[in-house]
Amino acid sequence: MNVNTGDTAWILISTALVMLMTPGLALFYGGMVRRKNLISTIMMSFVMLALIGVLWVIYGYSLSFGPDWGGVIGKLSWFGLRGVGEAPSETYATTVPHLAFAMFQGMFAIITVALFTGAVVERIKFSALIFFSVLWFTLVYCPVAHWVWAQNGWLYRIGALDFAGGTVVHINAGAAALALAWLLGPRRGYLEKEPMEANSIPLVMIGASLLWFGWFGFNAGSALTSGGLAASAFVTTNTAAAAAGLTWMILGWIHRRPSLQGIATGAVVGLVAITPAAGFVSPIMALPIGIIAAILSYYAMLFRASKMGIDESLDVWACHGIGGTWGALATGIFAQLAVNAAGADGLISGNAMQLVRQLLAVAVVWVFSFGMTWILGKLVDRLIGLRVSPVEETVGLDISQHGEKAYGGLR
Amino acid sequence: MKKIEAIIREEKLGAVRKVLEESGYYGMTVTEVSGHGREGGLTLQWRAGEYRVDYLPKLKIELVVLDEDVPRMINAIVGAARTGAMGDGKIFVIPVENAVRIRTGDEGVNAV
Repeated sequence: MNVNTGDTAWILISTALVMLMTPGLALFYGGMVRRKNLISTIMMSFVMLALIGVLWVIYGYSLSFGPDWGGVIGKLSWFGLRGVGEAPSETYATTVPHLAFAMFQGMFAIITVALFTGAVVERIKFSALIFFSVLWFTLVYCPVAHWVWAQNGWLYRIGALDFAGGTVVHINAGAAALALAWLLGPRRGYLEKEPMEANSIPLVMIGASLLWFGWFGFNAGSALTSGGLAASAFVTTNTAAAAAGLTWMILGWIHRRPSLQGIATGAVVGLVAITPAAGFVSPIMALPIGIIAAILSYYAMLFRASKMGIDESLDVWACHGIGGTWGALATGIFAQLAVNAAGADGLISGNAMQLVRQLLAVAVVWVFSFGMTWILGKLVDRLIGLRVSPVEETVGLDISQHGEKAYGGLR
Repeated sequence: MKKIEAIIREEKLGAVRKVLEESGYYGMTVTEVSGHGREGGLTLQWRAGEYRVDYLPKLKIELVVLDEDVPRMINAIVGAARTGAMGDGKIFVIPVENAVRIRTGDEGVNAV
Protein backbone atom coordinates (compact mmCIF):
# COMPACT_ATOMS: atom_id res chain seq x y z
CA MET A 1 0.00 0.00 0.00
CA ASN A 2 1.11 3.57 -0.56
CA VAL A 3 2.21 5.98 2.13
CA ASN A 4 -0.60 8.30 3.21
CA THR A 5 0.92 11.65 4.07
CA GLY A 6 -1.80 12.68 6.54
CA ASP A 7 -1.50 9.44 8.48
CA THR A 8 2.28 9.64 8.41
CA ALA A 9 2.31 13.20 9.73
CA TRP A 10 0.05 12.22 12.60
CA ILE A 11 2.07 9.13 13.54
CA LEU A 12 5.35 11.07 13.51
CA ILE A 13 3.81 13.77 15.70
CA SER A 14 2.29 11.13 17.97
CA THR A 15 5.67 9.46 18.32
CA ALA A 16 7.17 12.74 19.48
CA LEU A 17 4.21 13.26 21.85
CA VAL A 18 4.74 9.86 23.46
CA MET A 19 8.47 10.57 23.73
CA LEU A 20 7.65 13.61 25.88
CA MET A 21 5.71 11.45 28.33
CA THR A 22 8.87 9.87 29.72
CA PRO A 23 10.46 13.13 30.90
CA GLY A 24 6.93 14.06 32.06
CA LEU A 25 6.83 10.90 34.12
CA ALA A 26 10.30 11.72 35.45
CA LEU A 27 9.02 15.05 36.81
CA PHE A 28 5.76 13.48 38.05
CA TYR A 29 7.76 10.95 40.07
CA GLY A 30 10.56 13.37 40.90
CA GLY A 31 8.25 15.81 42.62
CA MET A 32 6.94 13.10 44.94
CA VAL A 33 10.20 11.97 46.53
CA ARG A 34 12.35 13.63 49.17
CA ARG A 35 14.66 16.39 48.03
CA LYS A 36 17.78 14.23 48.36
CA ASN A 37 16.46 11.77 45.76
CA LEU A 38 15.08 14.14 43.15
CA ILE A 39 17.90 13.74 40.61
CA SER A 40 17.98 10.01 41.10
CA THR A 41 14.24 9.61 40.56
CA ILE A 42 14.25 11.76 37.43
CA MET A 43 17.29 9.87 36.14
CA MET A 44 15.61 6.48 36.56
CA SER A 45 12.92 7.44 34.05
CA PHE A 46 15.03 9.60 31.75
CA VAL A 47 17.74 6.96 31.30
CA MET A 48 15.17 4.68 29.65
CA LEU A 49 14.95 7.04 26.67
CA ALA A 50 18.61 6.24 26.07
CA LEU A 51 18.77 2.61 27.20
CA ILE A 52 15.57 1.25 25.67
CA GLY A 53 15.95 3.64 22.74
CA VAL A 54 19.09 1.70 21.79
CA LEU A 55 17.82 -1.79 22.58
CA TRP A 56 14.61 -1.17 20.64
CA VAL A 57 16.26 -0.64 17.28
CA ILE A 58 18.80 -3.41 17.82
CA TYR A 59 16.44 -6.24 18.74
CA GLY A 60 13.38 -5.02 20.69
CA TYR A 61 11.23 -4.17 17.70
CA SER A 62 12.00 -7.48 16.05
CA LEU A 63 11.23 -9.51 19.19
CA SER A 64 7.97 -7.62 19.69
CA PHE A 65 6.62 -7.25 16.18
CA GLY A 66 8.92 -9.35 14.00
CA PRO A 67 7.74 -12.40 12.06
CA ASP A 68 5.93 -14.65 14.50
CA TRP A 69 7.43 -17.65 16.26
CA GLY A 70 4.61 -19.76 17.70
CA GLY A 71 2.52 -16.80 18.82
CA VAL A 72 4.87 -16.13 21.74
CA ILE A 73 7.73 -14.02 20.38
CA GLY A 74 8.97 -12.35 17.22
CA LYS A 75 11.89 -13.77 15.31
CA LEU A 76 15.07 -11.74 14.95
CA SER A 77 14.53 -11.27 11.19
CA TRP A 78 14.25 -7.52 11.76
CA PHE A 79 17.44 -7.36 13.89
CA GLY A 80 18.90 -3.88 13.62
CA LEU A 81 15.73 -2.79 11.79
CA ARG A 82 16.84 -4.81 8.77
CA GLY A 83 13.98 -4.84 6.29
CA VAL A 84 12.13 -2.12 8.18
CA GLY A 85 12.09 0.71 5.70
CA GLU A 86 10.36 3.73 4.26
CA ALA A 87 7.62 1.66 2.65
CA PRO A 88 4.69 0.64 4.85
CA SER A 89 4.66 -2.75 6.53
CA GLU A 90 2.30 -5.33 5.06
CA THR A 91 0.69 -5.98 8.43
CA TYR A 92 1.01 -2.96 10.73
CA ALA A 93 -0.15 0.59 10.01
CA THR A 94 -0.24 -0.08 6.30
CA THR A 95 -0.49 3.58 5.29
CA VAL A 96 2.61 4.92 7.09
CA PRO A 97 6.30 4.11 6.65
CA HIS A 98 7.22 0.97 8.57
CA LEU A 99 9.99 2.95 10.27
CA ALA A 100 7.43 5.39 11.68
CA PHE A 101 5.37 2.55 13.15
CA ALA A 102 8.50 0.96 14.62
CA MET A 103 9.59 4.17 16.34
CA PHE A 104 6.06 4.90 17.57
CA GLN A 105 6.01 1.49 19.26
CA GLY A 106 9.50 2.08 20.65
CA MET A 107 8.24 5.02 22.69
CA PHE A 108 5.73 2.71 24.41
CA ALA A 109 8.49 0.30 25.39
CA ILE A 110 10.54 3.18 26.82
CA ILE A 111 7.80 4.56 29.05
CA THR A 112 6.72 1.12 30.25
CA VAL A 113 10.17 0.41 31.64
CA ALA A 114 10.27 3.90 33.17
CA LEU A 115 6.86 3.40 34.80
CA PHE A 116 7.82 0.70 37.27
CA THR A 117 10.77 2.71 38.60
CA GLY A 118 8.25 4.61 40.76
CA ALA A 119 8.08 1.53 42.99
CA VAL A 120 11.76 1.42 43.85
CA VAL A 121 12.79 5.06 44.22
CA GLU A 122 15.02 6.30 47.03
CA ARG A 123 16.76 2.95 47.58
CA ILE A 124 17.59 0.95 44.41
CA LYS A 125 21.16 0.86 43.17
CA PHE A 126 21.37 2.57 39.78
CA SER A 127 23.55 -0.14 38.22
CA ALA A 128 21.09 -2.80 39.42
CA LEU A 129 18.18 -0.87 37.92
CA ILE A 130 19.93 -0.73 34.54
CA PHE A 131 20.78 -4.43 34.65
CA PHE A 132 17.25 -5.36 35.71
CA SER A 133 15.68 -3.10 33.08
CA VAL A 134 17.61 -4.75 30.24
CA LEU A 135 16.44 -8.18 31.40
CA TRP A 136 12.86 -7.06 32.02
CA PHE A 137 12.57 -5.28 28.69
CA THR A 138 13.88 -8.33 26.82
CA LEU A 139 12.09 -11.10 28.70
CA VAL A 140 8.86 -9.41 29.82
CA TYR A 141 8.02 -6.35 27.71
CA CYS A 142 8.88 -7.76 24.28
CA PRO A 143 6.99 -11.07 24.73
CA VAL A 144 3.88 -9.39 26.20
CA ALA A 145 3.85 -6.77 23.42
CA HIS A 146 4.07 -9.63 20.92
CA TRP A 147 1.25 -11.63 22.52
CA VAL A 148 -1.13 -8.69 22.57
CA TRP A 149 -0.25 -6.62 19.53
CA ALA A 150 1.61 -8.70 16.96
CA GLN A 151 -0.40 -10.10 14.06
CA ASN A 152 -0.08 -13.67 15.32
CA GLY A 153 0.37 -13.01 19.03
CA TRP A 154 -1.69 -15.57 20.93
CA LEU A 155 -3.71 -13.07 23.00
CA TYR A 156 -4.37 -11.04 19.86
CA ARG A 157 -5.60 -14.14 18.08
CA ILE A 158 -8.10 -15.05 20.77
CA GLY A 159 -9.54 -11.56 20.38
CA ALA A 160 -8.39 -9.75 23.53
CA LEU A 161 -8.56 -6.01 22.82
CA ASP A 162 -5.94 -3.51 23.93
CA PHE A 163 -6.09 -0.28 21.96
CA ALA A 164 -3.01 1.49 23.31
CA GLY A 165 -1.50 -0.59 26.09
CA GLY A 166 -3.70 -1.32 29.10
CA THR A 167 -2.18 -4.76 29.46
CA VAL A 168 1.13 -4.31 27.64
CA VAL A 169 2.05 -1.04 29.34
CA HIS A 170 0.02 -0.50 32.48
CA ILE A 171 -0.75 -3.91 33.96
CA ASN A 172 2.70 -5.03 32.92
CA ALA A 173 4.37 -2.12 34.75
CA GLY A 174 1.97 -2.22 37.71
CA ALA A 175 2.56 -5.91 38.40
CA ALA A 176 6.32 -5.49 38.00
CA ALA A 177 6.23 -2.54 40.41
CA LEU A 178 4.54 -4.56 43.12
CA ALA A 179 6.90 -7.52 42.77
CA LEU A 180 10.04 -5.41 42.69
CA ALA A 181 9.04 -3.25 45.67
CA TRP A 182 8.24 -6.39 47.63
CA LEU A 183 11.64 -7.88 46.76
CA LEU A 184 13.53 -4.69 47.52
CA GLY A 185 11.92 -3.97 50.89
CA PRO A 186 10.80 -0.65 52.33
CA ARG A 187 12.78 2.55 52.47
CA ARG A 188 14.63 3.16 55.75
CA GLY A 189 12.19 4.81 58.12
CA TYR A 190 9.12 3.76 56.14
CA LEU A 191 7.98 1.19 58.69
CA GLU A 192 8.62 3.69 61.48
CA LYS A 193 6.15 5.98 59.69
CA GLU A 194 8.65 8.76 59.05
CA PRO A 195 6.91 11.10 56.62
CA MET A 196 8.45 10.85 53.15
CA GLU A 197 7.35 14.24 51.99
CA ALA A 198 7.00 15.27 48.37
CA ASN A 199 9.73 17.82 47.60
CA SER A 200 7.73 19.71 44.96
CA ILE A 201 4.07 19.28 44.21
CA PRO A 202 4.30 21.84 41.36
CA LEU A 203 6.75 19.42 39.67
CA VAL A 204 4.16 16.67 40.09
CA MET A 205 1.62 18.86 38.33
CA ILE A 206 3.97 19.75 35.46
CA GLY A 207 4.76 16.07 35.05
CA ALA A 208 1.08 15.10 35.05
CA SER A 209 0.37 17.80 32.46
CA LEU A 210 3.12 16.55 30.15
CA LEU A 211 1.75 13.03 30.54
CA TRP A 212 -1.76 14.23 29.69
CA PHE A 213 -0.43 16.12 26.65
CA GLY A 214 1.65 13.18 25.44
CA TRP A 215 -1.20 10.76 25.99
CA PHE A 216 -3.01 12.21 22.98
CA GLY A 217 -0.21 10.68 20.91
CA PHE A 218 -0.32 7.50 22.94
CA ASN A 219 -4.06 6.88 22.46
CA ALA A 220 -5.19 8.89 19.45
CA GLY A 221 -1.92 7.95 17.72
CA SER A 222 -2.76 4.30 18.30
CA ALA A 223 -5.51 4.69 15.71
CA LEU A 224 -2.50 4.59 13.34
CA THR A 225 -4.48 6.77 10.93
CA SER A 226 -5.42 10.43 11.15
CA GLY A 227 -9.14 10.12 10.59
CA GLY A 228 -12.29 9.73 12.66
CA LEU A 229 -11.00 6.97 14.90
CA ALA A 230 -8.09 9.15 16.04
CA ALA A 231 -10.54 11.94 16.82
CA SER A 232 -12.76 9.56 18.76
CA ALA A 233 -9.81 8.25 20.80
CA PHE A 234 -8.67 11.83 21.37
CA VAL A 235 -12.04 12.70 22.92
CA THR A 236 -12.25 9.59 25.10
CA THR A 237 -8.72 10.27 26.33
CA ASN A 238 -9.37 13.83 27.43
CA THR A 239 -12.76 12.97 28.89
CA ALA A 240 -11.50 10.09 31.02
CA ALA A 241 -8.63 12.21 32.37
CA ALA A 242 -10.99 15.03 33.26
CA ALA A 243 -13.59 12.75 34.87
CA ALA A 244 -11.02 10.88 36.93
CA GLY A 245 -9.22 14.07 38.02
CA LEU A 246 -12.49 15.56 39.14
CA THR A 247 -13.51 12.38 40.96
CA TRP A 248 -10.18 12.13 42.77
CA MET A 249 -10.38 15.76 43.83
CA ILE A 250 -13.86 15.17 45.28
CA LEU A 251 -12.72 12.02 47.11
CA GLY A 252 -9.87 13.97 48.67
CA TRP A 253 -12.24 16.78 49.56
CA ILE A 254 -14.68 14.41 51.27
CA HIS A 255 -11.74 12.98 53.18
CA ARG A 256 -10.24 16.36 54.01
CA ARG A 257 -9.07 18.79 51.32
CA PRO A 258 -8.98 18.96 47.50
CA SER A 259 -5.23 18.54 46.91
CA LEU A 260 -3.23 19.34 43.76
CA GLN A 261 -1.31 16.09 44.12
CA GLY A 262 -4.67 14.34 44.22
CA ILE A 263 -6.19 15.88 41.10
CA ALA A 264 -2.95 15.35 39.18
CA THR A 265 -2.87 11.70 40.21
CA GLY A 266 -6.53 11.26 39.34
CA ALA A 267 -6.02 12.62 35.84
CA VAL A 268 -3.17 10.18 35.23
CA VAL A 269 -5.29 7.29 36.51
CA GLY A 270 -8.08 8.27 34.12
CA LEU A 271 -5.59 8.28 31.25
CA VAL A 272 -4.37 4.83 32.28
CA ALA A 273 -7.88 3.41 32.39
CA ILE A 274 -8.96 4.76 29.01
CA THR A 275 -5.79 3.51 27.30
CA PRO A 276 -7.01 0.01 26.35
CA ALA A 277 -10.52 1.29 25.55
CA ALA A 278 -9.73 4.58 23.82
CA GLY A 279 -10.54 3.51 20.26
CA PHE A 280 -13.21 0.91 21.04
CA VAL A 281 -15.76 2.80 23.16
CA SER A 282 -18.02 5.73 22.34
CA PRO A 283 -16.80 9.07 23.71
CA ILE A 284 -19.39 9.37 26.47
CA MET A 285 -18.38 5.99 27.93
CA ALA A 286 -15.10 7.62 28.94
CA LEU A 287 -17.03 9.21 31.81
CA PRO A 288 -17.88 6.01 33.73
CA ILE A 289 -14.49 4.57 32.83
CA GLY A 290 -12.69 7.58 34.30
CA ILE A 291 -14.91 7.97 37.37
CA ILE A 292 -14.72 4.31 38.39
CA ALA A 293 -10.97 4.22 37.72
CA ALA A 294 -10.41 7.07 40.16
CA ILE A 295 -12.52 5.44 42.88
CA LEU A 296 -10.79 2.07 42.51
CA SER A 297 -7.28 3.53 42.45
CA TYR A 298 -7.93 5.92 45.33
CA TYR A 299 -9.01 3.12 47.64
CA ALA A 300 -6.32 0.78 46.32
CA MET A 301 -3.76 3.42 47.27
CA LEU A 302 -5.21 3.82 50.77
CA PHE A 303 -5.27 0.04 51.14
CA ARG A 304 -1.68 -0.31 49.93
CA ALA A 305 -0.43 2.31 52.34
CA SER A 306 -2.36 1.18 55.41
CA LYS A 307 -2.80 -2.58 55.05
CA MET A 308 -0.33 -4.13 52.64
CA GLY A 309 2.93 -3.22 54.37
CA ILE A 310 4.70 -2.98 51.00
CA ASP A 311 6.55 0.26 50.30
CA GLU A 312 5.49 0.46 46.67
CA SER A 313 6.62 4.00 46.98
CA LEU A 314 4.86 5.97 44.26
CA ASP A 315 1.87 3.62 43.91
CA VAL A 316 2.51 2.33 40.40
CA TRP A 317 0.43 -0.73 41.33
CA ALA A 318 -2.55 1.31 42.54
CA CYS A 319 -2.43 3.75 39.59
CA HIS A 320 -1.30 1.63 36.65
CA GLY A 321 -1.98 -1.92 37.85
CA ILE A 322 -5.48 -1.25 39.15
CA GLY A 323 -6.31 1.51 36.65
CA GLY A 324 -5.03 -0.67 33.79
CA THR A 325 -6.98 -3.70 34.99
CA TRP A 326 -10.18 -1.69 35.22
CA GLY A 327 -9.55 -0.21 31.78
CA ALA A 328 -8.96 -3.63 30.19
CA LEU A 329 -12.14 -5.01 31.75
CA ALA A 330 -14.07 -1.84 30.91
CA THR A 331 -13.07 -2.42 27.28
CA GLY A 332 -14.86 -5.75 27.48
CA ILE A 333 -17.89 -4.03 28.96
CA PHE A 334 -18.26 -0.85 26.90
CA ALA A 335 -16.72 -1.71 23.49
CA GLN A 336 -18.91 -1.23 20.42
CA LEU A 337 -18.30 -2.43 16.88
CA ALA A 338 -20.04 0.73 15.72
CA VAL A 339 -17.09 2.76 17.04
CA ASN A 340 -14.36 0.61 15.53
CA ALA A 341 -15.02 -2.17 13.05
CA ALA A 342 -11.68 -3.73 13.97
CA GLY A 343 -12.82 -4.00 17.60
CA ALA A 344 -15.70 -5.95 19.09
CA ASP A 345 -18.97 -5.56 20.92
CA GLY A 346 -18.71 -5.72 24.70
CA LEU A 347 -21.02 -6.69 27.51
CA ILE A 348 -23.41 -3.74 27.14
CA SER A 349 -23.85 -4.65 23.48
CA GLY A 350 -24.73 -8.19 24.48
CA ASN A 351 -21.36 -9.90 24.00
CA ALA A 352 -20.28 -11.26 27.39
CA MET A 353 -17.54 -13.33 25.74
CA GLN A 354 -15.52 -10.19 25.14
CA LEU A 355 -15.32 -9.60 28.89
CA VAL A 356 -14.09 -13.17 29.36
CA ARG A 357 -11.36 -12.60 26.75
CA GLN A 358 -10.34 -9.41 28.49
CA LEU A 359 -10.25 -11.18 31.86
CA LEU A 360 -8.00 -13.85 30.43
CA ALA A 361 -5.56 -11.30 28.99
CA VAL A 362 -5.52 -9.39 32.29
CA ALA A 363 -4.84 -12.53 34.33
CA VAL A 364 -2.12 -13.75 31.98
CA VAL A 365 -0.21 -10.47 31.99
CA TRP A 366 -0.56 -10.10 35.78
CA VAL A 367 0.82 -13.54 36.50
CA PHE A 368 3.55 -13.44 33.87
CA SER A 369 4.81 -9.96 34.74
CA PHE A 370 4.67 -10.48 38.50
CA GLY A 371 6.34 -13.88 38.35
CA MET A 372 9.05 -12.93 35.86
CA THR A 373 9.81 -9.71 37.70
CA TRP A 374 10.25 -11.62 40.93
CA ILE A 375 12.61 -14.12 39.29
CA LEU A 376 14.65 -11.50 37.43
CA GLY A 377 14.78 -9.23 40.48
CA LYS A 378 16.01 -12.11 42.63
CA LEU A 379 18.65 -12.91 40.03
CA VAL A 380 19.96 -9.36 39.89
CA ASP A 381 19.95 -9.20 43.69
CA ARG A 382 22.09 -12.36 43.85
CA LEU A 383 24.50 -11.18 41.20
CA ILE A 384 25.12 -7.53 42.08
CA GLY A 385 22.69 -6.57 44.88
CA LEU A 386 19.57 -4.51 44.27
CA ARG A 387 19.90 -2.03 47.10
CA VAL A 388 22.27 0.75 47.99
CA SER A 389 24.06 0.60 51.36
CA PRO A 390 22.32 2.12 54.41
CA VAL A 391 24.75 5.05 54.39
CA GLU A 392 24.15 5.74 50.69
CA GLU A 393 20.42 5.63 51.31
CA THR A 394 20.64 8.04 54.24
CA VAL A 395 22.78 10.50 52.29
CA GLY A 396 20.38 10.23 49.37
CA LEU A 397 20.75 8.69 45.94
CA ASP A 398 21.41 12.02 44.22
CA ILE A 399 24.83 12.29 45.80
CA SER A 400 25.59 8.60 46.36
CA GLN A 401 24.58 7.36 42.89
CA HIS A 402 25.03 10.38 40.65
CA GLY A 403 27.32 12.84 42.43
CA GLU A 404 24.84 15.62 41.85
CA LYS A 405 22.50 17.77 43.92
CA ALA A 406 19.15 18.99 42.60
CA TYR A 407 19.74 22.45 44.03
CA GLY A 408 23.38 23.45 44.09
CA GLY A 409 25.42 25.90 46.09
CA LEU A 410 24.97 27.66 49.42
CA ARG A 411 22.69 30.18 47.81
CA MET B 1 25.57 43.37 75.26
CA LYS B 2 22.99 40.63 74.91
CA LYS B 3 21.83 38.62 71.95
CA ILE B 4 18.08 38.26 71.61
CA GLU B 5 16.97 35.15 69.75
CA ALA B 6 13.28 35.17 69.03
CA ILE B 7 11.45 32.24 67.40
CA ILE B 8 8.25 33.72 65.96
CA ARG B 9 5.37 32.92 63.66
CA GLU B 10 6.24 33.49 60.00
CA GLU B 11 3.43 35.97 59.52
CA LYS B 12 4.62 38.15 62.43
CA LEU B 13 7.92 39.14 60.83
CA GLY B 14 6.63 42.43 59.46
CA ALA B 15 5.14 43.53 62.78
CA VAL B 16 8.26 42.57 64.73
CA ARG B 17 10.56 44.34 62.32
CA LYS B 18 8.44 47.49 62.63
CA VAL B 19 8.66 47.64 66.44
CA LEU B 20 12.39 46.91 66.36
CA GLU B 21 12.95 49.82 64.02
CA GLU B 22 10.76 52.05 66.18
CA SER B 23 12.98 51.09 69.11
CA GLY B 24 16.09 52.15 67.19
CA TYR B 25 17.39 48.74 66.12
CA TYR B 26 17.71 48.54 62.34
CA GLY B 27 19.83 45.43 61.99
CA MET B 28 18.80 41.84 62.45
CA THR B 29 19.33 38.35 61.04
CA VAL B 30 16.36 36.22 60.01
CA THR B 31 16.50 32.47 59.43
CA GLU B 32 13.82 30.02 58.33
CA VAL B 33 13.67 27.28 60.97
CA SER B 34 11.51 24.27 61.78
CA GLY B 35 10.58 22.96 65.18
CA HIS B 36 7.89 22.40 67.69
CA GLY B 37 7.03 23.42 71.22
CA ARG B 38 3.95 22.26 73.04
CA GLU B 39 1.63 22.63 70.08
CA GLY B 40 0.90 19.62 67.92
CA GLY B 41 2.06 19.20 64.35
CA LEU B 42 0.27 19.83 61.13
CA THR B 43 -1.85 17.43 59.06
CA LEU B 44 -1.16 17.41 55.33
CA GLN B 45 -2.46 15.41 52.33
CA TRP B 46 -0.79 12.52 50.54
CA ARG B 47 -2.24 11.62 47.17
CA ALA B 48 -4.81 9.58 49.08
CA GLY B 49 -5.03 9.97 52.84
CA GLU B 50 -3.08 12.24 55.10
CA TYR B 51 0.06 12.48 57.23
CA ARG B 52 1.35 14.48 60.18
CA VAL B 53 4.35 16.77 60.21
CA ASP B 54 5.79 17.32 63.67
CA TYR B 55 8.01 20.25 62.73
CA LEU B 56 6.33 23.50 61.92
CA PRO B 57 7.92 26.32 59.98
CA LYS B 58 8.94 29.36 62.07
CA LEU B 59 11.31 32.27 61.69
CA LYS B 60 14.25 32.95 63.99
CA ILE B 61 15.26 36.57 64.50
CA GLU B 62 18.65 37.35 66.01
CA LEU B 63 19.85 40.77 67.09
CA VAL B 64 22.35 42.09 69.61
CA VAL B 65 21.19 44.89 71.94
CA LEU B 66 22.62 46.97 74.79
CA ASP B 67 22.09 45.49 78.26
CA GLU B 68 19.77 48.30 79.35
CA ASP B 69 17.56 47.84 76.25
CA VAL B 70 16.81 44.17 76.91
CA PRO B 71 13.50 44.52 78.86
CA ARG B 72 12.19 47.14 76.45
CA MET B 73 13.05 45.06 73.40
CA ILE B 74 11.53 41.90 74.86
CA ASN B 75 8.30 43.77 75.54
CA ALA B 76 8.30 45.15 72.03
CA ILE B 77 8.79 41.72 70.42
CA VAL B 78 6.20 40.05 72.65
CA GLY B 79 3.72 42.81 71.86
CA ALA B 80 4.23 42.43 68.14
CA ALA B 81 4.47 38.62 67.89
CA ARG B 82 1.79 37.50 70.32
CA THR B 83 -1.55 36.02 69.24
CA GLY B 84 -2.37 34.19 72.48
CA ALA B 85 -2.66 30.79 70.75
CA MET B 86 -0.18 27.94 71.09
CA GLY B 87 2.76 28.26 68.72
CA ASP B 88 3.54 31.94 69.28
CA GLY B 89 7.20 31.04 69.87
CA LYS B 90 9.94 31.85 72.40
CA ILE B 91 12.56 34.46 73.17
CA PHE B 92 16.04 33.63 74.47
CA VAL B 93 18.54 36.17 75.85
CA ILE B 94 22.22 35.25 75.66
CA PRO B 95 25.28 37.20 76.88
CA VAL B 96 27.62 38.43 74.14
CA GLU B 97 31.35 38.78 74.76
CA ASN B 98 32.26 41.06 71.91
CA ALA B 99 31.14 42.36 68.54
CA VAL B 100 33.15 43.63 65.56
CA ARG B 101 31.91 45.66 62.62
CA ILE B 102 33.83 44.17 59.71
CA ARG B 103 33.86 47.34 57.58
CA THR B 104 35.41 49.66 60.17
CA GLY B 105 36.90 47.35 62.77
CA ASP B 106 34.78 48.99 65.52
CA GLU B 107 34.42 46.73 68.54
CA GLY B 108 32.04 46.25 71.45
CA VAL B 109 29.01 48.51 71.86
CA ASN B 110 30.20 50.66 68.99
CA ALA B 111 29.76 47.74 66.65
CA VAL B 112 26.19 46.97 67.69
